[in-house]
Amino acid sequence: MTGFLAALALQAGYNAALVTIGAALLGLSAGMAGSFLVLRKRALVSDAMAHATLPGIGVAFLVMVALGGDGRDLPGLLIGSAASALIGLVLVDWIVRRTRLAEDAAIGAVLSVFFGLGVVLLTVIQSLERGRQAGLEDFLLGATAGMLFQDAVLIAAGGLVVVAVILLLRRPMTLVAFDPGHAAAIGVRVARVDLAMMALVMAVTVIGLTLVGLILIVALLIIPAVTARFWSDRVERMLWIAGAIGGGAGYLGAALSASAPDLPTGPIIVLIAAGLFVLSLLLAPRRGLLAAILARRRFQARVHWRQGLLSLARAEPIHDPLTLRILRAQGVIRPDGVATEKGRALAARSLRDERRWDLARAMHQDTALTGRYDGLTPIETVFTADQIADFDAALGPPQAVGGQDGR
Amino acid sequence: MGAEFVQFSLTPMLIGVFAAIACALPGNFLILRRQALIGDAISHVVLPGIVVAFLVTGTVATIPMLIGAGAAALVAVVLIEVILRLGRIEPGAAMGVVFTALFAGGVLLLEQSDTSGVHLDVDHALMGNLETLIWLRASGWHSVIDPVALAHLPPELPRIAAVAALMAVLMVIFWRPLKLATFDEGFARAIGLPVSAIGLALVIAAAVAAVAAFDAVGSIIVIAMFICPPAAARLLTNALAAQVWISVGIAAGSAVLGYVLAGYGPIWMGFDHSVSAAGMIATVSGLSLALACVWGPHRTRAGGAAGA
Repeated sequence: MTGFLAALALQAGYNAALVTIGAALLGLSAGMAGSFLVLRKRALVSDAMAHATLPGIGVAFLVMVALGGDGRDLPGLLIGSAASALIGLVLVDWIVRRTRLAEDAAIGAVLSVFFGLGVVLLTVIQSLERGRQAGLEDFLLGATAGMLFQDAVLIAAGGLVVVAVILLLRRPMTLVAFDPGHAAAIGVRVARVDLAMMALVMAVTVIGLTLVGLILIVALLIIPAVTARFWSDRVERMLWIAGAIGGGAGYLGAALSASAPDLPTGPIIVLIAAGLFVLSLLLAPRRGLLAAILARRRFQARVHWRQGLLSLARAEPIHDPLTLRILRAQGVIRPDGVATEKGRALAARSLRDERRWDLARAMHQDTALTGRYDGLTPIETVFTADQIADFDAALGPPQAVGGQDGR
Repeated sequence: MGAEFVQFSLTPMLIGVFAAIACALPGNFLILRRQALIGDAISHVVLPGIVVAFLVTGTVATIPMLIGAGAAALVAVVLIEVILRLGRIEPGAAMGVVFTALFAGGVLLLEQSDTSGVHLDVDHALMGNLETLIWLRASGWHSVIDPVALAHLPPELPRIAAVAALMAVLMVIFWRPLKLATFDEGFARAIGLPVSAIGLALVIAAAVAAVAAFDAVGSIIVIAMFICPPAAARLLTNALAAQVWISVGIAAGSAVLGYVLAGYGPIWMGFDHSVSAAGMIATVSGLSLALACVWGPHRTRAGGAAGA
């Protein structure tokens, strides 16, 4: 526990601090870039791109070795991975546009074939004299143990650039995500904005390779964005919430991973983000599961309340236990089921409302107004006082309604 | 093509062929129903499944592993459906959330538990160990009819052959309902077919194929074979039966060609090491899809001009 607190305060050693800061920035940029990806409904294209980085890494290594270099130079490997991710993306788009295959098939095909090719290249590299210690497999799941200062700087700088570009392009990207047709009509170049969005995703994927690896980077792009969607219907707010969730998961996960053995960084970060997702799914206001259940219960109570009052007004017997419970709790009926003074007043009001509605629906042809009748909405919220006075004139004078004493 | 071939290449090649066919058969319907990425999701969640099975039983015996993997696949499918219904988010994102989280859980469990003594790691899960499934007791082609040698076949071979046969039998039996539910769900429902049950059964069949194939060849081939051969076949024909036959042909062809290229290709080119057979098989199937995308006679959507 003290180890974890020390790691949280960046006091768990130089390497751990580097990794923690890098993971937080990566999570922030991934959450924000992923928001637009999810809103554009292209979440799994990122999976194809992430897997498509592998052959690029292999080719970059081979090229650098052939040129007499070390082959393990991180910027070189990342450039290679970005190039092959771009080829993968172009192929997905090309297959969708030029053939009748759907996007999911295109994604799956690119993902598996590029990954297969990458594995072939990895085995080629392992058979080379220079390649045996290359450790390129670390890019599959990420490896933070040997992270150097310049690697951390690369991640941090890349993450900040991504965040800056997202903030610059957030308006056109929002437009395109919600209504590409409208965006095109007002002169936004949809194809270019899409390309920019995917370039941001690619940048996040590439800088995330060393930290979480190419298989799990998809999680950092999708999970914070989907989680943030539960908390807000506004893009701007969703963007920052997703960034905060990603950044928080990155920071916490890296600290946790540094504080105990056998806790690989990438999976821990992903699992923390997934935990936040589950919490949001259950607890988020309005869109969460709990909120949905409560809203349903409230609606149910309103229906029983109204129907109970109408039954009282018409002196009909009430048998439904829930209706009886609600009416008793509100002091509308006595424990023996007889209406109280307050109950008779409320019942009369409900009945008047119902009669007014009946007349309104017979007299008015405007379905936009009468269509709002659902047995729950008070008529005062739909029609004006003058209109209601007209209905009342047609209804005649108020009448007292029933109670058991037969007045 | 003598004794050495039978010993070292025949069994891996056959296992590759059967695995490819077992995945390509359900893949045909997954492609048509736009559920191609179910295969991707399943092959990721197989990892936590086998790790949990290992932690529960303490062995790497096959049956518990298969049960664990199948259970994990089922859990994933149910979770995706639950999140779709409760969260009202798009299917791709729901899928992405579930399979990455489960995969991360699998990796974490693997790191946490002591699996150093057994052959269980992420690389193996991804790439399989096709090259190691050799038949040492064989001494030549005559071993194929020698019961003593046959008893020492790698157990993966009869298992994956049985699964491939099971897929074929299921497909023949349920051909009509599957076809109806895939192409005209409304009509299928109207004539009383249990459409949702058929959909779930297809996903379960795909999971069984994925888990069995994964055991022998790793998850790369599984994803590639679910998608590439059926997708290529879809661009070559408009008839479903023809599409299935062509996809089986492409799957088997990719497996054989990929294995040969991986095993002998580098040697022909003067290297002395072979490359990953699983990766090469996936690559070859991808090349076949690429050819179909460029020249397939039915590559465009109905109404669209070829090459438009």
